[in-house]
Amino acid sequence: MSVFDGLKFRKVYSPIHNLDPRIKFVYVISIFVVAIIFYQIIPLLLLFLLQIPFVLLARVQRQWLRSLRGAAFFALLIFVINVGTTFFTSGYSLTAPIIESAAALTLRFVVLVESFSVFFLTTSPDHLGLALEESRVPYEFAFAFTTAVRFVPVLAEEAQTIMDAQKARGLELEKGGLLKRIRNYVPVLIPLIVSAIRRSLELAEAMESRAWGATKKRTNLYALKLHRGDYALIIITVGILAASVYIRLFVPIPTIAQLI
Amino acid sequence: MIEAQNVHFSYANKVEALKGVSLTIKDGEFLAIMGQNGAGKSTLVKQFNGLLKPTTGKVLVDGVETTKTSVASLARNVGFVFQNPDHQLFSETVEDEIGFALKNFGFEHKVIEERVTWALNLLSLTQYRKTSPFLLSGGERKRVALASVLAWDPKTLILDEPTIGQDHEQKEILRQFILQMQTQNKTVVIVTHDVEFVAECNPRVVLMKDGNIVAEGVGKDILTNPTVLAESSIVLPQIAQIFMKLAPLGFPKNIIDIYEAKDIILKAKENKVQP
Repeated sequence: MSVFDGLKFRKVYSPIHNLDPRIKFVYVISIFVVAIIFYQIIPLLLLFLLQIPFVLLARVQRQWLRSLRGAAFFALLIFVINVGTTFFTSGYSLTAPIIESAAALTLRFVVLVESFSVFFLTTSPDHLGLALEESRVPYEFAFAFTTAVRFVPVLAEEAQTIMDAQKARGLELEKGGLLKRIRNYVPVLIPLIVSAIRRSLELAEAMESRAWGATKKRTNLYALKLHRGDYALIIITVGILAASVYIRLFVPIPTIAQLI
Repeated sequence: MIEAQNVHFSYANKVEALKGVSLTIKDGEFLAIMGQNGAGKSTLVKQFNGLLKPTTGKVLVDGVETTKTSVASLARNVGFVFQNPDHQLFSETVEDEIGFALKNFGFEHKVIEERVTWALNLLSLTQYRKTSPFLLSGGERKRVALASVLAWDPKTLILDEPTIGQDHEQKEILRQFILQMQTQNKTVVIVTHDVEFVAECNPRVVLMKDGNIVAEGVGKDILTNPTVLAESSIVLPQIAQIFMKLAPLGFPKNIIDIYEAKDIILKAKENKVQP
């Protein structure tokens, strides 16, 4: 469950946590776009390093590292597949550029993971719901979204209990070949899904008995307002986007091999 | 025999749930572990089948240290029924559900068939043999969960909150069943808040608080000790409360059993004076 830990929100007060979630989301999407438009290793490395001040400022380095560790397996997979396919299609020669471009693509994935991780680590589900609502997303959808996010830790805990209950009945999750191991998880997944459905029905009844959706027009206790930090982040975001587009179009980017 | 020797246990979030617990459970014993939520009751019993391993200290099950073996092999002798049956039911029929553990333990097909029939019969579930467990009522699901553990006839049975969601009749059946296990020299450990149920069964009681055992002894002594119980936010059983109030008239204080109470009251009535 370590991957989920990297996305779990904890209440901490930091300049990053206080930022407007909408602006933070735009920032994450911008990083996403920039990561997609570059395929060279140097700009992607810069992009990766660019996130670190945010992480340190938000004081979530430990959880952030954990989410990176969780992504390590997929990163490795991406690297191996990329090296492998170019190796076989380019006539069985392993050159520095091949490894470098595979590393760049891996780094692209890591950048995506790290920026999303920072976003979810520093944005409370309530804030996120508020942001959705104020971006004119219908309340029903915003509510469904926040509820889903809020129930992830509950579900993770429940999965642990179910695994314990089945282990107590002699189930050995780590036994057998790959296919057998996947099948081992059936006794865990079915109770998990069934109880999630049961819970959602109960939740719906509880909400309706508390007059959910009685009035069409809702008001919120808190309203989102832009502060100085938010304007700073807007400027940073626009700056990164503009610089990236300019560099991408007009500046030739050297590879590490060329630099050496 | 299960022995916990100075067991400390901390969860991944650094919360110390057990702070040096020592406890010996002899074969054939009937033990109730009581205490507030978060006292460490469930954490303690999960040590007994190896689901959790002590951070420091030792847990020995029939002389084998739990850290040196697997949950699956411990489970063969220590059956654990979880509180919520929905955390384990997954099969298409009640029959398959009960046979699941038997298959995991590698029983032969014929033996599985026999044991399933036996367990269904024991908990009066025979009519539901081919029914989906998800279609049963809450109490029936709880019985299927119990049957699915009993089916492999473990030497020790751990029941986590067995009386929750059960009507009075089912509780009585459960009590009879535990007594029956006793006659077969099986060890039964229950984790519960149900003080009336404990009073009726009169097992050895272990009281926990903040990761420690704070009191231990026969139900008759523990459940009639208001100071000890108040510390763990447990109210006295009703009969004990009555006798506590009758104490100034010369009645004994440590009564929790209905029949014993009846005898004392009848005797007092006959004598028309002090019991």
